[in-house]
Amino acid sequence: MDAIPYTVEERPDTGLNNVKIGIWLFLASEVMLFGALFASYILLRVGAPPGTWPVHGHEYLDVPLATLNTAFLITSSVTMVMAWAALMRQRQAGTSDLRKYRIYMALTVALGFGFLIIKYFEYSAKFHHHWYPSTNNFLAIYFVLTGLHGLHVIGGMAVNGYLLVNTKMWKTAPQQFANRVETAGLFWHFVDLVWIFLFPILYLL
Amino acid sequence: MAEHSHDAHGDHEHEHHHPKLGFWRKYVFSTDHKVIGIQYAVTGLLFLFFGFSLMMLMRWQLANPGQPLPLIGGLLGDSRMPGGVMLPEFYNQLGAMHGTIMVFLGVVPLAVGGFGNFSVPLQIGAPDMAFPRLNMASYHVYFWGGAIMLGSFFLPGGAAQSGWTSYAPLADIAPTGQTAWLIGMIFLITSSLLGSVNFITTIIQLRAKGLTFFKLPFFVWAQFVTAFLLLLAFPPLEAAGVMQLADRLLDTSFFMPEGLVVSGQVMDQYAGGGSPLLWQHLFWFLAHPEVYVLILPALGIVAEVIANNTRKPLWGYKALVYSVLGVGFLSFVVWAHHMFLTGMGTTINAFFQTTTMIISIPSVIILTALILSLWGASIRFNTPMLFALAFLPMFGIGGLTGLPLGLSAADIHLHDTYYVIGHFHYVVAPGTLFALFAGIYYWYPKATGRYLSERLGKLHFWPSLICMNLIFFPMFIQGMAGVSRRLFDGGETYAHGQDLLWVNDLIAYSAWGLALAQIPFVINFFMSIKRGAVAPANAWDATTLEWAAPSPAPHGNFLSPPVAYRGPYEYSVPGEERDFLPQFEPGGGPSDPGDEIDHGGAHAVPAE
Amino acid sequence: MSGEHMDIDKHVRTYVLVFAGLMVLTLVTVAISYLELPLGPAVALALFVAIVKGSLVACFFMHLIDERKLVYWVLGFTVFFFFCCLLGPWLSEINEIGPDLLN
Repeated sequence: MDAIPYTVEERPDTGLNNVKIGIWLFLASEVMLFGALFASYILLRVGAPPGTWPVHGHEYLDVPLATLNTAFLITSSVTMVMAWAALMRQRQAGTSDLRKYRIYMALTVALGFGFLIIKYFEYSAKFHHHWYPSTNNFLAIYFVLTGLHGLHVIGGMAVNGYLLVNTKMWKTAPQQFANRVETAGLFWHFVDLVWIFLFPILYLL
Repeated sequence: MAEHSHDAHGDHEHEHHHPKLGFWRKYVFSTDHKVIGIQYAVTGLLFLFFGFSLMMLMRWQLANPGQPLPLIGGLLGDSRMPGGVMLPEFYNQLGAMHGTIMVFLGVVPLAVGGFGNFSVPLQIGAPDMAFPRLNMASYHVYFWGGAIMLGSFFLPGGAAQSGWTSYAPLADIAPTGQTAWLIGMIFLITSSLLGSVNFITTIIQLRAKGLTFFKLPFFVWAQFVTAFLLLLAFPPLEAAGVMQLADRLLDTSFFMPEGLVVSGQVMDQYAGGGSPLLWQHLFWFLAHPEVYVLILPALGIVAEVIANNTRKPLWGYKALVYSVLGVGFLSFVVWAHHMFLTGMGTTINAFFQTTTMIISIPSVIILTALILSLWGASIRFNTPMLFALAFLPMFGIGGLTGLPLGLSAADIHLHDTYYVIGHFHYVVAPGTLFALFAGIYYWYPKATGRYLSERLGKLHFWPSLICMNLIFFPMFIQGMAGVSRRLFDGGETYAHGQDLLWVNDLIAYSAWGLALAQIPFVINFFMSIKRGAVAPANAWDATTLEWAAPSPAPHGNFLSPPVAYRGPYEYSVPGEERDFLPQFEPGGGPSDPGDEIDHGGAHAVPAE
Repeated sequence: MSGEHMDIDKHVRTYVLVFAGLMVLTLVTVAISYLELPLGPAVALALFVAIVKGSLVACFFMHLIDERKLVYWVLGFTVFFFFCCLLGPWLSEINEIGPDLLN
């Protein structure tokens, strides 16, 4: 006996397969990771000596640009789940046409790129103003939070890019491939979720 | 070593064509949980011995402050021990790295990575962990994290030297070794997180047929809760580590207060406005659950060994399970008892003191249940049982001495004294470490197909027990007299230390005794691979599922998927010929479907 | 989720609606920030909108709304511990002893 059960099919009493549980557990740990940084943000802001913390985020940050970035990420979340839905449509119809999937997945990756490009412009603008992480704690937590988030965007894009390019498993184990897309989607939605909180906290308050 | 992926002795029906694995795939990049478990265990043991030798250097210095260390003193170089005399900076490196290595590179990898990986899939009747490749990655990330930690000794300025607790602002401005510590910790935390995802998924999804949650061995429950602690408590420390790295590398001021002056120099590269206490909160948010990570697998091992060697079911199985769940939950809300003296107000102090007192209740329930399990037992005094029995009073002392520390009024007097060091070492050293030794002696036959020598085992056990107590008990005395911890000269220039300097000599000699006592163990460990008495599949006449697999267990573990017919501790069942009824054997006595009433002894409920 | 026979079209319609809602809420939260409210109400409103948006993403894009109990339990504990990590340091900071040196 050596095949691992429930990698694709669901275990009857839990109703889940291994990967689904695994990714939710991992996301739980990510909630704690970003949560700790949010908790640090609060403590640093509450304890900041008077005059050292900007009254509004827009004193340093570009709100319109970040709003556009928010739109990018939300849209990429939709295209991601549409990519998975496209696969599930094919599964139900019993066909294996990957065109719709590829379009949606490519859009997801492209929007991710868009997000990173805008991020690049944001960061460059800061440095141009000689605003660095060391300048004050608002900028410090801004750079660490958005930087860590950005690393997660890059990681997610790497996985999505891999699933866009390497679709061999769709021929040999289509349900497992669809599950992989769903799992990658869960991570990608989480990245969007973090930004949904990051954006108002850093930029709008 | 024992990390072979032996094919099952004889029967090859179940194995479909596996390509013959080369050396690297079989021993270094294996995805077999047993190989990975042994990798973790051996690496962990090596780190434990290394951390031990760091402590030997420290103990020598404390007993002979300012003296040149004979023989090897000159070998360590002028940056550490010029003329063989230990510099305070080096003493601090030894202290910080001893703690870090023992906790993060030694005990947890052995207890969780080693025993968890090896025994959990076997005890739940699974062919492997849920994510074998992730498992392999976890080990390698741990390995390289450890390598970074060790390598930090060779950086200019030496290794981390701000305590294993790395408090800001000292750690923010410490030499480069601290940066290596932070990077190493990020590796270790990553390894832990990946591992815990694996453990939780495996225990939930891969239990054999018939193995409901309340038929799980207590060891599996303990590892299950431990995995949740690692999963949810480590990320805040990872966040803090990133912030401390930013403070060190980018000159941010997350933990740097305004107007910091170091040795007369104003630290004006820092904007200030940060909070050193933020580091403490984030650190202890992990580090308190971490100490439960240190003890829970040990409690699990002791439970298994006691059940097996008393030939009766554990007392209070349900109480044990609910208590371990309670301990896990409560461990997240007690952390600031490490911070009673930081200027927190009486309200918040009272909150954490209360939760700390409450968490002692399930802990005591677990210990009591294990002790009560001995009542009326037919005890077999083999080596694993000796270690498990010794664990009970040792953990008892460790736990009891924690109570004054958890009461903030008493903690005012005891905080940062040797009393604290005595307390936590009792829990981890003659506590956890003894339980881990019990586990090694107990599961060695499953890994290798041979028993460890009983004679060498007893030669290992008795001196270890005596020396452990001689080393750590005097620390309570020193601490209550007011001797502070982390004094590099052992208290020589410290008023409170004067009457108790002789204790440092006693401890140093006892440490040598403890070192020598490990030699029989090391010899036994290697010698018994080839020369140990051959063990059958069920080496201890035990009841849990791992003993259904051959010894050593082959790739895939079981010749056919095991089924759990009854609870995990059906020993001395009335009406049965043998004094044990394994979980995996059909028929026989009670096969209690759904009967979760805990009768405390063997029950004779007829099958329905 | 995977392998269940489900109405993909219904799901897709939901995704599009949620997408529209998220875009609207984004504009709403930015608009509110231009009102320059005092900090208390500003924080409360911003977090409220963020929680609504986050819930939409979690419930519908991440299919949390018809997920298994086990996942709910894991997330439930996680959220609880997150609040511990949030409140512990903050309350300790507020309940300090000693003179307030900075103000």
